[in-house]
Amino acid sequence: MEATSHAFKDNIKVALKDATLQRALGNMKSGFIGKRLAVINKLPEFERLREAARDIKNHTLEHLDYYLERFETKVIANGGHVHWARTPEEARQIILDLCRTVDAKTVTKGKSMIAEEIALNDFLEEKGLVPIETDLGEYIIQLRHEPPSHIIAPAIHLIKEQIEDTFRTVHTELAADRKLPDARALTDEARSMLRQKFLSADVGITGANFLIAETGSTIIVTNEGNGDLTQTLPKMHIVLASLEKVVPTLEDVSTILRLLARSATGQEFSSYTTVSTGPRRAEDLDGPGQYHVVLLDNGRSAMLGTEFQDMLRCIRCAACMNHCPVYASVGGHAYGWVYPGPMGSVLTPSLIGVEEAGNLPNASTFCGKCESVCPMKIPLPKMMRHWREREWDKKLNPPRYRAGMKLWAFFAKRPALYRFATGLATRVLGTLGRGRGRFSSLPLAGGWTKGRDFPAPEGRSFHSLWAERQQQRKAA
Amino acid sequence: MSESRPRVGLFVTCLVDMMRPSIGFAAVKLLERAGCDVEVPPTQTCCGQPAYNSGDRADTKAIARNVIDAFEGFDYVVAPSGSCAGMIREHYPHLFEDEPALFARAQHLAKRTYELISFLVDIRGVTAVEARYDGTATYHDSCSGLRELGVKEQPRALLRTVEGLALKELPDAEICCGFGGTFCIKYPDISVKIVDDKVAAIRSTGADTLLAGDLGCLMNMAGRLAREGSPVRVRHVAEVLADMAGEVAPIGAAR
Repeated sequence: MEATSHAFKDNIKVALKDATLQRALGNMKSGFIGKRLAVINKLPEFERLREAARDIKNHTLEHLDYYLERFETKVIANGGHVHWARTPEEARQIILDLCRTVDAKTVTKGKSMIAEEIALNDFLEEKGLVPIETDLGEYIIQLRHEPPSHIIAPAIHLIKEQIEDTFRTVHTELAADRKLPDARALTDEARSMLRQKFLSADVGITGANFLIAETGSTIIVTNEGNGDLTQTLPKMHIVLASLEKVVPTLEDVSTILRLLARSATGQEFSSYTTVSTGPRRAEDLDGPGQYHVVLLDNGRSAMLGTEFQDMLRCIRCAACMNHCPVYASVGGHAYGWVYPGPMGSVLTPSLIGVEEAGNLPNASTFCGKCESVCPMKIPLPKMMRHWREREWDKKLNPPRYRAGMKLWAFFAKRPALYRFATGLATRVLGTLGRGRGRFSSLPLAGGWTKGRDFPAPEGRSFHSLWAERQQQRKAA
Repeated sequence: MSESRPRVGLFVTCLVDMMRPSIGFAAVKLLERAGCDVEVPPTQTCCGQPAYNSGDRADTKAIARNVIDAFEGFDYVVAPSGSCAGMIREHYPHLFEDEPALFARAQHLAKRTYELISFLVDIRGVTAVEARYDGTATYHDSCSGLRELGVKEQPRALLRTVEGLALKELPDAEICCGFGGTFCIKYPDISVKIVDDKVAAIRSTGADTLLAGDLGCLMNMAGRLAREGSPVRVRHVAEVLADMAGEVAPIGAAR
């Protein structure tokens, strides 16, 4: 998708004024956070699990080449195929070529953020295929021609009434006077529409939450069962995953799975955890005839060995965005690309460049909530700061901000000068603000005073008062 | 050095120095009552966070070196701010990882640096204060103090010993107020949206007083409350604990 991260400041203005979006975001607040907390409070070893999961991923990333090759060897031994893609273009072409080998027309898709990253749907449509999203949220936004606004709840920016409108506009073959009063009715309608698509699909594409090196298996975690129908019914199953999804063993996956659903939706376990190991064997009752895994790099291997390597531990649970006050204020679309929230603010500059996405790591109060809920203990604020350092070094900040910071630092490094300047400023502001105790507008502080009053200083600096007190004490 | 009367260097913080010296004097009073000798190194300016969080590492290091020099030789360094104490404690050593001599000094400083209220309770063993405040207060947990330094129960424990004060828990007390240092200037629209949610939570408690341990957050919340015409009085927790609320008007209030 075309990134609009550079226009973040415009995007947030639109988002903050969108009353429907604000209503939808308000609904989100009450869900994820409380459920996660309740389920974690029941698990005394949660903290130890976080440490174990972090160590598993750190170990894997240190030996990524080894585990990826091991995974490939196992997939081939199971009768499947592995395709390596350096770029989104390569990944798209590999998938198109595979679809053409079976004369595919309809392609069903399980939820995959990597498919969003490589803009797969647009590409397949352009080439005459019909990709159909089968995850409910993804299905809704596909009908609306919108990108996802959240990595596990792609349609969270919508309210029920908007979804009803969309269904009535698109599902014209259904009775116009049908009742769609609630989420249940909407889900039933989507389900019946999708059922036909599952049966007519030639290829099923899913993502992967994990790749297991030991067994050559891929795992998806869902709540709707759509992933299972997507991958077992068609002739060909294509798994599209980024290469950092690999973990050494099934045992390792079991450890991380105990964190994933709890952190994501507050469930102890997702409704479906589906392990795929190769194509259908002679004795299997069902399954795809062909099994392909497309592994995408797209800049990830370049993060290895840098201050951003820890980001590759991410398991896409979305806890960081669910708990982020900035995400909760503006929603996911404002971030302007595939990955929103704190994890997006670190990952997006790595994948599409800090020149395009420089706003994202700046749009954080560094409140630290994201890091505190991250099941993989990723130091998200620290890495956002690293991006800010790169921006500073490349002089990408707005010139006025930069000049202001340099001026401030000039004084802060010179205590005597600083004492003089701040003492003066304090006296001037203190005198002007005497009486009312605050300013409703101040020159050069429009950002502050647009929405807030600025409390006036008391009038003297602490240091000048302290020096006086010390002298009086000496005299006495 | 006598352990019974430690020498404490007060890290005033740049905001307290300029905006509200009363908080500094409240800190001095609380520390002296807790048996400390307090000194204020005159060469301190700021902890460096504005530069640090802007990505300006060179200036951050220069400012940090100044702080390290200024606070050499104290038994403890105490700041009436979780944010500034967190900067010195959690971040200074990382700045000098490639410079062994400075790294050792930064680590030495980091280990001795505390946020005021947690220092009183955890290190000095203070369990009660002599103070009176007539009103119902609610308390906001500032992010750095809470998540970097574990400041949570200490201020509540001491506030419960203030005569006349009723404490009412703030819903979502651990959610950021939207200040975020330079964030509130870079993204004022988001900042105001976040503080709006905070103000709604404060109002829902019915408290007449809002307390917290960081002046930046307090100025942000006081500024929004004032803009909305709220009568809620906003103060740093140290002012109430030091029994000095009578000596200075609330933050942003007429005097």
